[in-house]
Amino acid sequence: MLQQASLSSRLWSLGVWVVMGLFVVNLLALIAAVVTSSFATRWLGTWLPAGWTLDWYGSAWREFQLADVLTVTFEIVALVVVLSGLIGVPAAYAMARRDFPGKRLVMLLFLLPLLVPPITYGIPLATVLYRAGLAGSMSGVVLANLAPTTPFVILVMIPYIEQIDPRIEAAARVFGANTPRLFAHVLLPLLLPGVLAALLLVLVRTLAMFELTFLTDGPTSQTLVVALYYAVFAAGVRAVQSIDAMAVIYMATSMVWLLIALRFVNPTQIVGRARREPGR
Amino acid sequence: MTDALPRPSVRTRLAGRGVDSVTLLALPAVILLFALFIYPFGYGLWLSFTPKDGGALANYAKFFSDPFLYDTLAKTFWLAAPVTVLNVVVAIPTALRVRLARRSRLLTTILVLPITLGTVLVAEGLLTYLGPQGWLNRVLITLGLISHPLRLLHNYWGVFLSLFITGFPFAFLLTLSYVSGVDPALENAAATLGAGPRRRFWAILLPLLLPGLAITLCLSFVQAFSVFPSAVLLGAPAGPTRVISIAAYQAAFEDYDYSMASAIAIIMGVAQLAVVALILAGRGLLYRGPAGGGKG
Repeated sequence: MLQQASLSSRLWSLGVWVVMGLFVVNLLALIAAVVTSSFATRWLGTWLPAGWTLDWYGSAWREFQLADVLTVTFEIVALVVVLSGLIGVPAAYAMARRDFPGKRLVMLLFLLPLLVPPITYGIPLATVLYRAGLAGSMSGVVLANLAPTTPFVILVMIPYIEQIDPRIEAAARVFGANTPRLFAHVLLPLLLPGVLAALLLVLVRTLAMFELTFLTDGPTSQTLVVALYYAVFAAGVRAVQSIDAMAVIYMATSMVWLLIALRFVNPTQIVGRARREPGR
Repeated sequence: MTDALPRPSVRTRLAGRGVDSVTLLALPAVILLFALFIYPFGYGLWLSFTPKDGGALANYAKFFSDPFLYDTLAKTFWLAAPVTVLNVVVAIPTALRVRLARRSRLLTTILVLPITLGTVLVAEGLLTYLGPQGWLNRVLITLGLISHPLRLLHNYWGVFLSLFITGFPFAFLLTLSYVSGVDPALENAAATLGAGPRRRFWAILLPLLLPGLAITLCLSFVQAFSVFPSAVLLGAPAGPTRVISIAAYQAAFEDYDYSMASAIAIIMGVAQLAVVALILAGRGLLYRGPAGGGKG
Protein backbone atom coordinates (compact mmCIF):
# COMPACT_ATOMS: atom_id res chain seq x y z
CA MET A 1 0.00 0.00 0.00
CA LEU A 2 2.85 2.31 0.84
CA GLN A 3 4.53 1.41 -2.43
CA GLN A 4 1.99 3.11 -4.67
CA ALA A 5 4.52 5.35 -6.31
CA SER A 6 3.70 8.53 -8.10
CA LEU A 7 6.55 10.40 -9.73
CA SER A 8 6.74 12.99 -6.95
CA SER A 9 6.95 10.46 -4.16
CA ARG A 10 9.66 8.57 -6.07
CA LEU A 11 11.62 11.77 -6.48
CA TRP A 12 11.19 12.55 -2.80
CA SER A 13 12.38 9.10 -1.82
CA LEU A 14 15.35 9.43 -4.17
CA GLY A 15 16.17 12.81 -2.63
CA VAL A 16 16.12 11.38 0.88
CA TRP A 17 18.44 8.54 -0.11
CA VAL A 18 20.79 10.96 -1.84
CA VAL A 19 21.04 13.09 1.33
CA MET A 20 21.65 10.00 3.42
CA GLY A 21 24.18 8.67 0.89
CA LEU A 22 26.05 11.96 0.84
CA PHE A 23 26.27 11.96 4.61
CA VAL A 24 27.58 8.40 4.78
CA VAL A 25 30.06 8.97 1.93
CA ASN A 26 31.43 12.11 3.60
CA LEU A 27 31.66 10.35 6.94
CA LEU A 28 33.55 7.39 5.49
CA ALA A 29 35.77 9.70 3.43
CA LEU A 30 36.62 11.63 6.59
CA ILE A 31 37.73 8.43 8.31
CA ALA A 32 39.54 7.27 5.16
CA ALA A 33 41.40 10.60 5.00
CA VAL A 34 42.83 10.01 8.48
CA VAL A 35 43.82 6.44 7.66
CA THR A 36 45.39 7.44 4.30
CA SER A 37 47.35 10.25 5.88
CA SER A 38 48.73 7.95 8.57
CA PHE A 39 50.33 5.77 5.88
CA ALA A 40 51.56 8.68 3.75
CA THR A 41 55.21 9.61 3.24
CA ARG A 42 54.34 13.06 1.90
CA TRP A 43 50.85 14.30 1.07
CA LEU A 44 50.62 17.86 -0.20
CA GLY A 45 48.30 19.12 -2.90
CA THR A 46 47.51 15.80 -4.55
CA TRP A 47 44.63 13.32 -4.45
CA LEU A 48 46.77 10.60 -2.94
CA PRO A 49 50.09 10.67 -1.08
CA ALA A 50 53.39 10.51 -2.93
CA GLY A 51 54.34 7.24 -1.26
CA TRP A 52 53.35 4.82 1.45
CA THR A 53 55.05 3.95 4.71
CA LEU A 54 54.41 2.35 8.08
CA ASP A 55 57.00 4.48 9.89
CA TRP A 56 54.52 6.95 11.40
CA TYR A 57 53.09 4.28 13.66
CA GLY A 58 56.47 3.67 15.20
CA SER A 59 57.18 7.35 15.67
CA ALA A 60 53.70 8.04 17.06
CA TRP A 61 54.15 5.14 19.47
CA ARG A 62 57.43 6.64 20.74
CA GLU A 63 56.63 10.36 20.58
CA PHE A 64 53.29 10.17 22.35
CA GLN A 65 54.40 7.38 24.72
CA LEU A 66 51.43 5.36 23.60
CA ALA A 67 52.47 2.26 25.53
CA ASP A 68 52.01 4.20 28.79
CA VAL A 69 48.90 6.00 27.58
CA LEU A 70 47.25 2.75 26.49
CA THR A 71 48.09 1.05 29.78
CA VAL A 72 46.59 3.95 31.74
CA THR A 73 43.55 4.03 29.43
CA PHE A 74 42.80 0.36 29.91
CA GLU A 75 43.34 0.53 33.67
CA ILE A 76 40.90 3.42 33.91
CA VAL A 77 38.37 1.84 31.57
CA ALA A 78 38.54 -1.51 33.38
CA LEU A 79 38.00 0.15 36.77
CA VAL A 80 35.09 2.20 35.45
CA VAL A 81 33.47 -0.85 33.83
CA VAL A 82 33.82 -3.05 36.92
CA LEU A 83 32.72 -0.39 39.40
CA SER A 84 29.75 0.85 37.40
CA GLY A 85 28.66 -2.77 36.95
CA LEU A 86 29.00 -3.57 40.65
CA ILE A 87 27.10 -0.46 41.71
CA GLY A 88 24.70 -0.17 38.79
CA VAL A 89 23.36 -3.70 38.37
CA PRO A 90 22.09 -4.14 41.98
CA ALA A 91 20.53 -0.67 41.81
CA ALA A 92 18.82 -1.57 38.53
CA TYR A 93 17.52 -4.74 40.18
CA ALA A 94 16.03 -2.72 43.04
CA MET A 95 14.50 -0.20 40.64
CA ALA A 96 12.98 -2.94 38.47
CA ARG A 97 11.55 -5.06 41.27
CA ARG A 98 10.39 -2.64 43.98
CA ASP A 99 8.04 0.31 44.19
CA PHE A 100 9.04 2.58 47.03
CA PRO A 101 8.25 6.11 48.09
CA GLY A 102 10.42 8.60 46.23
CA LYS A 103 11.16 6.20 43.37
CA ARG A 104 10.45 8.86 40.76
CA LEU A 105 12.92 11.17 42.46
CA VAL A 106 15.60 8.47 42.51
CA MET A 107 14.87 7.82 38.82
CA LEU A 108 15.37 11.51 38.13
CA LEU A 109 18.71 11.35 39.99
CA PHE A 110 19.75 8.53 37.64
CA LEU A 111 18.55 10.37 34.53
CA LEU A 112 20.07 13.78 35.13
CA PRO A 113 23.75 12.83 34.69
CA LEU A 114 22.82 11.36 31.29
CA LEU A 115 20.79 14.34 30.15
CA VAL A 116 23.07 17.12 31.40
CA PRO A 117 26.11 17.32 29.14
CA PRO A 118 29.44 16.40 30.76
CA ILE A 119 31.08 19.79 30.24
CA THR A 120 28.29 21.49 32.24
CA TYR A 121 28.63 19.34 35.35
CA GLY A 122 32.26 18.45 34.70
CA ILE A 123 33.53 21.84 35.86
CA PRO A 124 31.83 21.80 39.29
CA LEU A 125 32.70 18.10 39.61
CA ALA A 126 36.35 18.74 38.77
CA THR A 127 36.39 21.59 41.30
CA VAL A 128 35.11 19.29 44.04
CA LEU A 129 37.58 16.56 43.05
CA TYR A 130 40.47 19.07 43.10
CA ARG A 131 39.44 20.32 46.54
CA ALA A 132 39.28 16.72 47.74
CA GLY A 133 42.77 16.14 46.33
CA LEU A 134 41.52 13.39 44.02
CA ALA A 135 41.71 15.07 40.63
CA GLY A 136 44.95 14.78 38.70
CA SER A 137 45.19 11.12 39.60
CA MET A 138 43.66 7.96 38.29
CA SER A 139 41.09 7.74 41.09
CA GLY A 140 39.76 11.18 40.20
CA VAL A 141 39.35 10.25 36.55
CA VAL A 142 37.62 6.99 37.49
CA LEU A 143 35.25 8.76 39.89
CA ALA A 144 34.38 11.45 37.34
CA ASN A 145 33.65 8.80 34.73
CA LEU A 146 31.40 6.89 37.12
CA ALA A 147 28.99 9.84 37.22
CA PRO A 148 27.52 9.12 33.76
CA THR A 149 28.34 5.40 33.42
CA THR A 150 26.60 4.13 36.57
CA PRO A 151 23.23 5.68 35.59
CA PHE A 152 23.79 4.36 32.08
CA VAL A 153 24.15 0.79 33.37
CA ILE A 154 21.05 1.27 35.53
CA LEU A 155 18.91 2.59 32.68
CA VAL A 156 20.02 -0.14 30.28
CA MET A 157 19.49 -2.88 32.87
CA ILE A 158 16.05 -1.87 34.24
CA PRO A 159 14.02 -2.97 31.18
CA TYR A 160 16.22 -6.05 30.87
CA ILE A 161 15.49 -7.10 34.46
CA GLU A 162 11.80 -6.23 34.14
CA GLN A 163 11.37 -8.76 31.36
CA ILE A 164 12.70 -11.60 33.55
CA ASP A 165 9.70 -13.33 35.11
CA PRO A 166 9.77 -12.77 38.92
CA ARG A 167 8.12 -16.17 39.35
CA ILE A 168 11.44 -17.79 38.45
CA GLU A 169 12.97 -16.18 41.52
CA ALA A 170 9.91 -17.08 43.60
CA ALA A 171 10.26 -20.72 42.50
CA ALA A 172 13.92 -20.75 43.54
CA ARG A 173 12.89 -19.37 46.94
CA VAL A 174 10.23 -22.05 47.30
CA PHE A 175 12.85 -24.71 46.70
CA GLY A 176 14.89 -23.24 49.53
CA ALA A 177 17.51 -21.10 47.81
CA ASN A 178 18.87 -18.34 50.02
CA THR A 179 19.76 -14.93 48.58
CA PRO A 180 23.39 -15.71 47.62
CA ARG A 181 22.38 -18.97 45.95
CA LEU A 182 19.43 -17.33 44.24
CA PHE A 183 21.82 -14.75 42.93
CA ALA A 184 24.57 -17.14 41.83
CA HIS A 185 22.43 -19.88 40.28
CA VAL A 186 19.34 -18.08 39.02
CA LEU A 187 19.81 -14.36 38.56
CA LEU A 188 23.38 -14.16 37.39
CA PRO A 189 23.00 -16.60 34.47
CA LEU A 190 19.77 -14.87 33.41
CA LEU A 191 21.24 -11.38 33.67
CA LEU A 192 24.65 -12.12 32.18
CA PRO A 193 23.86 -11.26 28.53
CA GLY A 194 22.29 -7.95 29.55
CA VAL A 195 25.12 -7.09 31.93
CA LEU A 196 27.70 -7.89 29.25
CA ALA A 197 25.95 -5.67 26.72
CA ALA A 198 25.62 -2.80 29.19
CA LEU A 199 29.25 -3.05 30.26
CA LEU A 200 30.49 -3.19 26.68
CA LEU A 201 28.62 0.01 25.97
CA VAL A 202 30.15 1.56 29.09
CA LEU A 203 33.56 0.49 27.81
CA VAL A 204 33.01 2.15 24.42
CA ARG A 205 31.61 5.30 26.04
CA THR A 206 34.48 5.58 28.54
CA LEU A 207 37.08 5.19 25.81
CA ALA A 208 35.48 8.11 23.98
CA MET A 209 34.67 10.21 27.07
CA PHE A 210 36.73 13.32 26.49
CA GLU A 211 35.29 16.11 28.64
CA LEU A 212 35.25 14.51 32.10
CA THR A 213 38.66 12.89 31.70
CA PHE A 214 40.12 16.08 30.27
CA LEU A 215 38.87 18.14 33.23
CA THR A 216 40.10 15.77 35.94
CA ASP A 217 43.23 14.09 34.63
CA GLY A 218 46.86 14.71 35.41
CA PRO A 219 50.09 13.85 33.62
CA THR A 220 49.96 10.22 34.78
CA SER A 221 46.24 9.68 34.19
CA GLN A 222 45.77 10.73 30.59
CA THR A 223 43.60 8.51 28.42
CA LEU A 224 44.11 8.00 24.71
CA VAL A 225 41.38 10.42 23.61
CA VAL A 226 42.77 13.22 25.79
CA ALA A 227 46.30 12.54 24.54
CA LEU A 228 44.91 12.80 21.01
CA TYR A 229 43.29 16.13 21.84
CA TYR A 230 46.55 17.55 23.17
CA ALA A 231 48.40 16.29 20.10
CA VAL A 232 45.93 17.97 17.74
CA PHE A 233 45.85 21.09 19.92
CA ALA A 234 49.62 21.43 19.66
CA ALA A 235 49.57 20.67 15.93
CA GLY A 236 52.74 21.81 14.23
CA VAL A 237 54.92 20.39 16.97
CA ARG A 238 54.66 16.89 15.51
CA ALA A 239 54.11 15.70 11.94
CA VAL A 240 50.47 15.54 10.90
CA GLN A 241 50.90 11.92 9.85
CA SER A 242 52.14 11.02 13.30
CA ILE A 243 48.99 12.49 14.88
CA ASP A 244 46.89 10.69 12.28
CA ALA A 245 48.61 7.41 13.14
CA MET A 246 47.68 7.98 16.77
CA ALA A 247 44.10 8.71 15.69
CA VAL A 248 44.03 5.43 13.77
CA ILE A 249 45.27 3.57 16.86
CA TYR A 250 42.50 5.25 18.87
CA MET A 251 39.89 4.38 16.22
CA ALA A 252 41.05 0.77 16.10
CA THR A 253 40.85 0.37 19.89
CA SER A 254 37.32 1.69 20.15
CA MET A 255 36.10 0.10 16.92
CA VAL A 256 37.09 -3.41 18.08
CA TRP A 257 34.95 -2.98 21.19
CA LEU A 258 32.15 -1.34 19.25
CA LEU A 259 31.97 -4.28 16.86
CA ILE A 260 31.91 -6.72 19.78
CA ALA A 261 29.20 -4.63 21.48
CA LEU A 262 27.08 -4.49 18.33
CA ARG A 263 26.84 -8.28 18.33
CA PHE A 264 24.81 -7.96 21.53
CA VAL A 265 22.93 -4.69 21.19
CA ASN A 266 20.99 -2.69 18.67
CA PRO A 267 22.80 0.48 17.50
CA THR A 268 19.85 2.64 18.54
CA GLN A 269 20.47 1.55 22.15
CA ILE A 270 23.64 3.63 22.20
CA VAL A 271 21.59 6.81 21.98
CA GLY A 272 18.25 5.36 23.11
CA ARG A 273 18.72 6.48 26.68
CA ALA A 274 16.06 9.16 26.37
CA ARG A 275 13.30 6.63 25.83
CA ARG A 276 12.88 6.19 29.54
CA GLU A 277 12.70 9.74 30.63
CA PRO A 278 10.18 10.74 33.29
CA GLY A 279 6.71 11.90 32.54
CA ARG A 280 6.20 9.76 29.51
CA MET B 1 -3.98 -15.78 72.48
CA THR B 2 -6.80 -13.29 72.69
CA ASP B 3 -4.58 -10.16 72.77
CA ALA B 4 -4.68 -7.81 69.89
CA LEU B 5 -2.27 -8.63 67.10
CA PRO B 6 1.23 -7.35 67.93
CA ARG B 7 2.09 -4.11 66.19
CA PRO B 8 4.08 -5.01 63.08
CA SER B 9 7.76 -4.28 63.37
CA VAL B 10 9.32 -1.31 61.61
CA ARG B 11 10.85 -3.74 59.19
CA THR B 12 7.53 -5.26 58.24
CA ARG B 13 5.91 -1.88 57.87
CA LEU B 14 8.73 -0.64 55.67
CA ALA B 15 8.54 -3.80 53.59
CA GLY B 16 4.82 -3.11 53.12
CA ARG B 17 5.73 0.19 51.50
CA GLY B 18 8.29 -1.46 49.27
CA VAL B 19 11.43 -0.75 51.29
CA ASP B 20 13.33 -3.93 52.12
CA SER B 21 16.78 -5.39 51.62
CA VAL B 22 16.27 -5.48 47.85
CA THR B 23 15.43 -1.78 47.75
CA LEU B 24 18.60 -1.05 49.67
CA LEU B 25 20.59 -2.40 46.73
CA ALA B 26 19.93 0.97 45.09
CA LEU B 27 21.55 2.80 47.98
CA PRO B 28 25.21 2.69 46.83
CA ALA B 29 24.25 4.13 43.45
CA VAL B 30 22.15 6.86 45.07
CA ILE B 31 25.01 7.81 47.41
CA LEU B 32 27.51 7.79 44.55
CA LEU B 33 25.39 10.07 42.41
CA PHE B 34 24.70 12.39 45.29
CA ALA B 35 28.43 12.70 45.83
CA LEU B 36 29.35 13.02 42.16
CA PHE B 37 26.43 14.97 40.76
CA ILE B 38 24.12 16.70 43.24
CA TYR B 39 26.82 17.76 45.69
CA PRO B 40 29.14 19.27 43.04
CA PHE B 41 26.22 21.23 41.61
CA GLY B 42 25.27 22.54 45.04
CA TYR B 43 28.89 23.28 45.84
CA GLY B 44 29.35 25.00 42.48
CA LEU B 45 26.26 27.11 43.07
CA TRP B 46 27.52 28.14 46.50
CA LEU B 47 31.02 28.76 45.15
CA SER B 48 29.66 30.97 42.36
CA PHE B 49 28.20 33.30 45.01
CA THR B 50 31.49 33.57 46.92
CA PRO B 51 33.70 35.37 44.39
CA LYS B 52 37.37 36.22 44.82
CA ASP B 53 36.43 39.83 45.40
CA GLY B 54 33.19 41.77 45.45
CA GLY B 55 29.70 40.95 46.67
CA ALA B 56 27.79 37.71 46.28
CA LEU B 57 26.67 38.54 42.76
CA ALA B 58 30.03 39.87 41.58
CA ASN B 59 30.71 36.91 39.27
CA TYR B 60 27.35 37.20 37.57
CA ALA B 61 27.67 40.97 37.30
CA LYS B 62 31.11 40.50 35.75
CA PHE B 63 29.79 37.94 33.27
CA PHE B 64 26.94 40.13 32.06
CA SER B 65 28.99 43.32 31.88
CA ASP B 66 32.07 42.01 30.06
CA PRO B 67 31.33 41.55 26.33
CA PHE B 68 34.21 39.05 26.11
CA LEU B 69 32.18 36.86 28.48
CA TYR B 70 28.52 37.54 27.68
CA ASP B 71 29.14 37.34 23.96
CA THR B 72 29.96 33.65 24.41
CA LEU B 73 26.31 33.03 25.25
CA ALA B 74 25.12 34.52 21.96
CA LYS B 75 27.90 32.78 20.02
CA THR B 76 26.97 29.43 21.48
CA PHE B 77 23.29 29.96 20.68
CA TRP B 78 24.14 31.09 17.17
CA LEU B 79 26.06 27.84 16.69
CA ALA B 80 23.81 25.39 18.54
CA ALA B 81 20.34 26.51 17.44
CA PRO B 82 20.77 26.28 13.62
CA VAL B 83 22.66 22.99 13.87
CA THR B 84 19.98 21.48 16.12
CA VAL B 85 17.15 22.49 13.81
CA LEU B 86 19.05 21.20 10.77
CA ASN B 87 19.81 17.89 12.50
CA VAL B 88 16.22 17.25 13.49
CA VAL B 89 14.69 18.48 10.22
CA VAL B 90 16.97 16.19 8.18
CA ALA B 91 16.48 13.32 10.62
CA ILE B 92 12.67 13.16 10.19
CA PRO B 93 12.40 12.27 6.46
CA THR B 94 15.49 10.05 6.56
CA ALA B 95 14.20 8.10 9.56
CA LEU B 96 10.78 7.71 7.93
CA ARG B 97 12.40 6.36 4.77
CA VAL B 98 14.97 4.10 6.46
CA ARG B 99 12.23 2.52 8.60
CA LEU B 100 10.81 1.00 5.39
CA ALA B 101 14.18 -0.27 4.18
CA ARG B 102 15.12 -3.85 4.85
CA ARG B 103 18.85 -3.61 5.43
CA SER B 104 18.89 -0.69 7.82
CA ARG B 105 21.18 -2.34 10.35
CA LEU B 106 24.33 -1.66 8.31
CA LEU B 107 23.31 1.97 7.92
CA THR B 108 22.63 2.44 11.64
CA THR B 109 25.97 0.81 12.41
CA ILE B 110 27.80 3.26 10.15
CA LEU B 111 25.92 6.15 11.76
CA VAL B 112 26.88 5.03 15.25
CA LEU B 113 30.55 5.50 14.32
CA PRO B 114 30.84 9.27 14.81
CA ILE B 115 29.00 9.02 18.13
CA THR B 116 31.25 6.31 19.51
CA LEU B 117 34.46 7.73 18.09
CA GLY B 118 33.70 11.06 19.71
CA THR B 119 34.10 14.71 18.86
CA VAL B 120 37.90 14.77 19.19
CA LEU B 121 38.41 12.21 16.46
CA VAL B 122 35.81 13.81 14.17
CA ALA B 123 37.56 17.15 14.66
CA GLU B 124 40.94 15.56 13.88
CA GLY B 125 39.55 13.95 10.73
CA LEU B 126 37.85 17.12 9.55
CA LEU B 127 41.15 19.01 9.83
CA THR B 128 42.49 16.81 7.03
CA TYR B 129 39.25 16.35 5.11
CA LEU B 130 38.02 19.95 4.98
CA GLY B 131 41.40 21.58 4.44
CA PRO B 132 42.10 23.64 1.32
CA GLN B 133 43.85 20.59 -0.19
CA GLY B 134 41.42 18.12 1.37
CA TRP B 135 39.25 15.71 -0.55
CA LEU B 136 36.05 17.73 -0.15
CA ASN B 137 37.45 20.86 -1.77
CA ARG B 138 39.18 18.79 -4.47
CA VAL B 139 35.93 17.02 -5.40
CA LEU B 140 33.99 20.29 -5.50
CA ILE B 141 36.65 21.93 -7.68
CA THR B 142 36.85 18.92 -10.01
CA LEU B 143 33.08 18.98 -10.39
CA GLY B 144 33.32 22.64 -11.27
CA LEU B 145 31.07 23.73 -8.43
CA ILE B 146 33.61 26.13 -6.98
CA SER B 147 36.72 27.76 -8.39
CA HIS B 148 38.60 28.42 -5.14
CA PRO B 149 38.79 26.11 -2.13
CA LEU B 150 36.16 26.90 0.49
CA ARG B 151 37.49 28.13 3.80
CA LEU B 152 35.92 25.63 6.18
CA LEU B 153 38.49 25.44 8.97
CA HIS B 154 39.19 27.67 11.94
CA ASN B 155 35.91 29.50 11.57
CA TYR B 156 32.19 29.09 12.25
CA TRP B 157 31.66 26.49 9.51
CA GLY B 158 34.23 24.02 10.77
CA VAL B 159 32.48 23.81 14.11
CA PHE B 160 29.08 23.81 12.43
CA LEU B 161 30.02 20.83 10.23
CA SER B 162 31.53 18.88 13.10
CA LEU B 163 28.36 19.44 15.13
CA PHE B 164 26.35 18.20 12.15
CA ILE B 165 28.50 15.08 11.74
CA THR B 166 28.22 14.06 15.38
CA GLY B 167 24.74 15.49 15.98
CA PHE B 168 22.84 14.23 12.95
CA PRO B 169 23.39 10.50 13.66
CA PHE B 170 22.29 11.11 17.24
CA ALA B 171 19.09 12.88 16.15
CA PHE B 172 18.52 10.29 13.42
CA LEU B 173 18.84 7.24 15.68
CA LEU B 174 16.64 8.82 18.32
CA THR B 175 14.00 9.75 15.72
CA LEU B 176 14.24 6.27 14.23
CA SER B 177 13.44 4.73 17.61
CA TYR B 178 10.36 6.98 17.90
CA VAL B 179 9.30 6.36 14.30
CA SER B 180 9.46 2.60 14.74
CA GLY B 181 7.11 3.02 17.72
CA VAL B 182 4.30 4.22 15.45
CA ASP B 183 2.01 1.40 14.36
CA PRO B 184 2.15 1.09 10.53
CA ALA B 185 -1.53 0.07 10.65
CA LEU B 186 -2.49 3.69 11.34
CA GLU B 187 -0.75 4.85 8.20
CA ASN B 188 -2.22 1.99 6.20
CA ALA B 189 -5.69 2.90 7.43
CA ALA B 190 -5.19 6.48 6.30
CA ALA B 191 -3.97 5.26 2.91
CA THR B 192 -7.05 3.02 2.57
CA LEU B 193 -9.21 6.06 3.24
CA GLY B 194 -7.49 7.82 0.37
CA ALA B 195 -4.86 10.00 2.06
CA GLY B 196 -1.80 10.63 -0.08
CA PRO B 197 1.76 10.42 1.30
CA ARG B 198 1.90 14.12 2.10
CA ARG B 199 -1.42 14.09 3.90
CA ARG B 200 -0.48 10.91 5.82
CA PHE B 201 2.66 12.64 7.05
CA TRP B 202 1.02 15.89 8.14
CA ALA B 203 -2.19 14.41 9.55
CA ILE B 204 -1.05 11.09 11.02
CA LEU B 205 2.70 10.66 11.46
CA LEU B 206 3.82 14.12 12.47
CA PRO B 207 1.27 14.62 15.27
CA LEU B 208 2.21 11.22 16.71
CA LEU B 209 5.92 11.95 16.40
CA LEU B 210 5.94 15.51 17.74
CA PRO B 211 6.32 14.62 21.44
CA GLY B 212 9.30 12.40 20.62
CA LEU B 213 10.72 15.03 18.30
CA ALA B 214 10.51 17.58 21.12
CA ILE B 215 12.70 15.29 23.25
CA THR B 216 15.09 14.80 20.32
CA LEU B 217 15.25 18.56 19.87
CA CYS B 218 16.01 19.07 23.58
CA LEU B 219 18.80 16.48 23.69
CA SER B 220 20.32 17.60 20.40
CA PHE B 221 20.30 21.22 21.51
CA VAL B 222 21.85 20.50 24.89
CA GLN B 223 24.60 18.48 23.19
CA ALA B 224 25.32 21.15 20.62
CA PHE B 225 25.25 23.88 23.26
CA SER B 226 27.99 22.17 25.26
CA VAL B 227 30.34 21.95 22.27
CA PHE B 228 33.93 22.10 23.44
CA PRO B 229 36.75 20.18 21.70
CA SER B 230 35.63 20.93 18.15
CA ALA B 231 35.16 24.63 18.95
CA VAL B 232 38.80 24.71 20.02
CA LEU B 233 40.28 22.49 17.31
CA LEU B 234 38.17 23.43 14.28
CA GLY B 235 36.96 26.88 15.19
CA ALA B 236 38.47 30.18 16.13
CA PRO B 237 38.50 29.80 19.92
CA ALA B 238 39.51 33.41 20.42
CA GLY B 239 36.96 34.81 17.98
CA PRO B 240 33.72 33.71 16.36
CA THR B 241 33.54 30.30 18.04
CA ARG B 242 34.54 31.30 21.55
CA VAL B 243 31.68 29.30 23.06
CA ILE B 244 30.64 29.42 26.70
CA SER B 245 32.37 26.15 27.62
CA ILE B 246 35.70 27.66 26.52
CA ALA B 247 35.07 30.64 28.80
CA ALA B 248 34.29 28.30 31.70
CA TYR B 249 37.36 26.17 31.00
CA GLN B 250 39.65 29.20 30.81
CA ALA B 251 38.29 30.61 34.06
CA ALA B 252 38.93 27.32 35.85
CA PHE B 253 42.20 26.08 34.38
CA GLU B 254 43.93 29.19 33.10
CA ASP B 255 42.89 31.80 35.69
CA TYR B 256 42.35 29.24 38.49
CA ASP B 257 39.24 31.22 39.45
CA TYR B 258 36.99 28.28 40.34
CA SER B 259 34.34 30.66 41.65
CA MET B 260 34.02 32.39 38.27
CA ALA B 261 34.20 29.04 36.45
CA SER B 262 31.34 27.72 38.58
CA ALA B 263 29.30 30.84 37.85
CA ILE B 264 29.82 30.35 34.09
CA ALA B 265 28.97 26.64 34.37
CA ILE B 266 25.76 27.57 36.23
CA ILE B 267 24.88 30.16 33.57
CA MET B 268 25.50 27.51 30.90
CA GLY B 269 23.25 25.05 32.75
CA VAL B 270 20.51 27.65 33.23
CA ALA B 271 20.62 28.61 29.54
CA GLN B 272 20.25 24.96 28.53
CA LEU B 273 17.47 24.46 31.05
CA ALA B 274 15.61 27.54 29.78
CA VAL B 275 15.58 26.24 26.20
CA VAL B 276 14.61 22.73 27.31
CA ALA B 277 11.80 24.15 29.46
CA LEU B 278 10.57 26.20 26.53
CA ILE B 279 10.51 23.16 24.23
CA LEU B 280 8.88 20.96 26.86
CA ALA B 281 6.24 23.60 27.57
CA GLY B 282 5.38 23.51 23.87
CA ARG B 283 5.35 19.73 24.05
CA GLY B 284 2.77 19.85 26.86
CA LEU B 285 0.29 21.26 24.36
CA LEU B 286 0.67 18.27 22.04
CA TYR B 287 -1.20 15.02 21.72
CA ARG B 288 0.27 12.37 23.97
CA GLY B 289 -1.31 9.02 23.73
CA PRO B 290 -0.95 5.57 22.24
CA ALA B 291 0.81 5.49 18.90
CA GLY B 292 -0.57 2.03 18.16
CA GLY B 293 -3.80 1.10 16.43
CA GLY B 294 -6.68 0.35 18.78
CA LYS B 295 -9.51 -2.02 17.99
CA GLY B 296 -12.24 0.50 18.76
